[in-house]
Amino acid sequence: MEIRPILSAMLRNKTGAVLVVLQIALTMAVVVNASFIINQRLEKMNRDTGIDVDNILIFQSWGFGDDYNHEASITRDIEYIRSMPGVIAVTPTRSLPVSNSGSANDFRATAERFDENNVEYPSVNANTYVWNEQGIDAVGVKLAAGRSFYAEEVQFRESRSSEFAPVTIITKDLAIKMFGTEDALGKTVYDFFGNAAEVVGIIEHMQGAWIDWDELTNVIISPGVSAGPFIRFMVRTEAGRRDELIAAIEEQLPKLDRGRMIRRVEPFSDVVRHAYSRDHSMTILLLSTIILLVSITSLGIIGLASFAVRQRTKQIGTRRAVGATRMDIVRYFMMENWLVTTIGVVLGSILALAFNVWLVDTYALDKLDWHYIPLGMLALWVLGQVAVLMPAMRASTIAPAVATRTV
Amino acid sequence: MFFYHMRMAIKSIRRNIVLSALMVAAIGIGIGVCMTAITVFYMMSSDPIPYKSDSLYAVQLNSWEAPGPYDADRPERLPELLTYRDAKALLDSEVPTRSVATYRSGFTLNPDNPDVSPMLVMSRFTTRNFFSMFDVPFLYGAPWDEATDRSGDSIAVLNYSINEEVFGGENSVGRTVELAGREFTVVGVMDRWEPVPKFYAVFNGAFEEAEEVFMPMLLNESWERQNYGNTNCWGDTPMNGFRDFLDSECTWVEFWVELNDAEQKSRYQDWLAGYIAEQKRLGRFPIENAGAEVHDVNEWMDYNEVVSADFRVLVGLAFMFLAVCLLNTVALLLAKFSGNAARVGLRRALGASKAMIFRQNLVEVGVIGIAGSLLGLGLAWLGLQGVRSINLGHYDRLVQMDANLVLFAVAISLLSAIIAGLYPTWRICQIPPATHLKTQ
Repeated sequence: MEIRPILSAMLRNKTGAVLVVLQIALTMAVVVNASFIINQRLEKMNRDTGIDVDNILIFQSWGFGDDYNHEASITRDIEYIRSMPGVIAVTPTRSLPVSNSGSANDFRATAERFDENNVEYPSVNANTYVWNEQGIDAVGVKLAAGRSFYAEEVQFRESRSSEFAPVTIITKDLAIKMFGTEDALGKTVYDFFGNAAEVVGIIEHMQGAWIDWDELTNVIISPGVSAGPFIRFMVRTEAGRRDELIAAIEEQLPKLDRGRMIRRVEPFSDVVRHAYSRDHSMTILLLSTIILLVSITSLGIIGLASFAVRQRTKQIGTRRAVGATRMDIVRYFMMENWLVTTIGVVLGSILALAFNVWLVDTYALDKLDWHYIPLGMLALWVLGQVAVLMPAMRASTIAPAVATRTV
Repeated sequence: MFFYHMRMAIKSIRRNIVLSALMVAAIGIGIGVCMTAITVFYMMSSDPIPYKSDSLYAVQLNSWEAPGPYDADRPERLPELLTYRDAKALLDSEVPTRSVATYRSGFTLNPDNPDVSPMLVMSRFTTRNFFSMFDVPFLYGAPWDEATDRSGDSIAVLNYSINEEVFGGENSVGRTVELAGREFTVVGVMDRWEPVPKFYAVFNGAFEEAEEVFMPMLLNESWERQNYGNTNCWGDTPMNGFRDFLDSECTWVEFWVELNDAEQKSRYQDWLAGYIAEQKRLGRFPIENAGAEVHDVNEWMDYNEVVSADFRVLVGLAFMFLAVCLLNTVALLLAKFSGNAARVGLRRALGASKAMIFRQNLVEVGVIGIAGSLLGLGLAWLGLQGVRSINLGHYDRLVQMDANLVLFAVAISLLSAIIAGLYPTWRICQIPPATHLKTQ
């Protein structure tokens, strides 16, 4: 196939070609960066929480009135819920994992006051939760080693108190940060006030509160029940029975006691979805942008090609008359599009990288993975060829006789 | 003459109906996407209190201590919130026109009306100047007085919606509500007041609804309701109960001052420096160069990144999108006009002036531009419905177009159409009459 005639034809209409090249380049810059961001968000949303998200229901309990007794109310509610068929375990908790709200504290592996020079035992920030003896089961996390809390280790706590229970369960990730390769089971963890707790269990994997936090999987759990009058419950059910239990709890629990309100009995999965709603909307918005942009660009290519075919009807007829096959005509238009797209995607790669550099600098986004550039090029080549195919096919049907007619 | 141009334009558009439809669609989609992004961005970054945003300042004090800076990634930043003890001390300064300390809480509300069942309310502990500083409109009654700031009586100000819900919108001043088991007397009812963004407390949801019940901050010293929102602590002094928490180095109170001119602002900064020096003598503010910072409303919105980076990226993408759509339109117009070359050549040969041809084609471009912008407005409206539906109720209040935005949309689409149309129109005017007649 001769490229030279195509090139010289294009050079006669430079502006038109430049416009298409620019359009393809910009399209590529947007598509490449948008799909990179989408992919990152999808990866983030698909991380393993370590929690049995789909079989947990949650609710809030708000005590009010002077005669509200936090301890009695919670003890009775737990007992009642445990007796409901289909319930595996239940724990009160102040905050929920993967909810973007919670608390964190510094912990360290030595009794000494924190010292920046203490490289061997650095202080580590971790999400804190206070659960009862069924907590591990109620949240559905797996213990890699050790045991759950014993019932006698679970105490009711005072509000705003800095006490630290003498035993604790931590995640494997936290164990590695605090104790390195040593086995953390049986080791002692100290809180900021110097209180000690023995590690009695290690959770294989679990996410804490803030999904954007880089230490999301640093989690430390203490036995106990947080102070009231506000408390949340997490209830794990047998598979498939969550929704019927939501209805049952909503119906039955408030009747036990009018001195506290039961609110927002809902699937835990809603909380997780809500936590990721920003990322979720971002992916949808970006995906819509990509789809619209690609449609606009391909429609533009189709429009321009169709128009060119109409303009060149006579020339095409002449070419056919002097011996060009239908395939030659199709190839001509495909080749023309391929040339324009190639210049476009080369320029587009530069633009995509520049756009990414700007995003990295300004908004601290991640650096573009280089695979996206060749993939984007390939996608736009295919897009261009597919878009131009139909007008090219139409061009090839022009009869050689057209050449003999005068407009 | 205009009608003649118009008739010719419509003729020309109908001659290339598919191409023309493509151009209208390209402009329309470009405008639609761009306006959707701009609307959300505009609402997010709008000045919530434009007439006094430059005289209201959020106050920060560096009460933090080693081992690490407050924000390890950005060590120059101070805690956004104050300790309770500092907030109380700063309230005593006579330099600002007004000072306000405030924090959020929530509890049960048990109405005295048996027909209304108990509910949960979001509430805010604050000082009386909150209402005058932020220009909160009142429907009934008034804010509590200065004496109540100091006595901490059990009184409350209700917002419009909770008064609707509990008292059916009646004047409830003087009536009582039971909050978390304690009886409160209503002294005032606010009119509708929903600043967007919720600038006086941007943490934990800058676009959430305002609180429903407001009450004197002092009363919680003995009532001991937990505060909501960010609480950051340092130090190894053990805490036992709420009293210790109030005296601790934990930061959790928002603090605002009203400073009306530069002189007052610098006097206040001096006052803060004096306060820090005094506290240093008492052994607090351990960091060597512990300082204070004040940010006005708009600076504060930026400082706390109220408009998320995601949205800024989306706006950038939306403009690139519009650029693609315009390039598309220019290319199509160019093709279309060059297809008209023979006809233009003929008209020129028959005596049409360049200006005439220019006007003719401009009218045609204008028709396409207006059709495109109408389509764009419709699409932007659809886009906003889309944004509303996927955000799970988060940004409901952000996705409404006001008159400014509609005007902006019309302006941007006309401008786009003209930018897109000008070059092809100019090009076609350059056609010498003779060239295209020759081939005929």
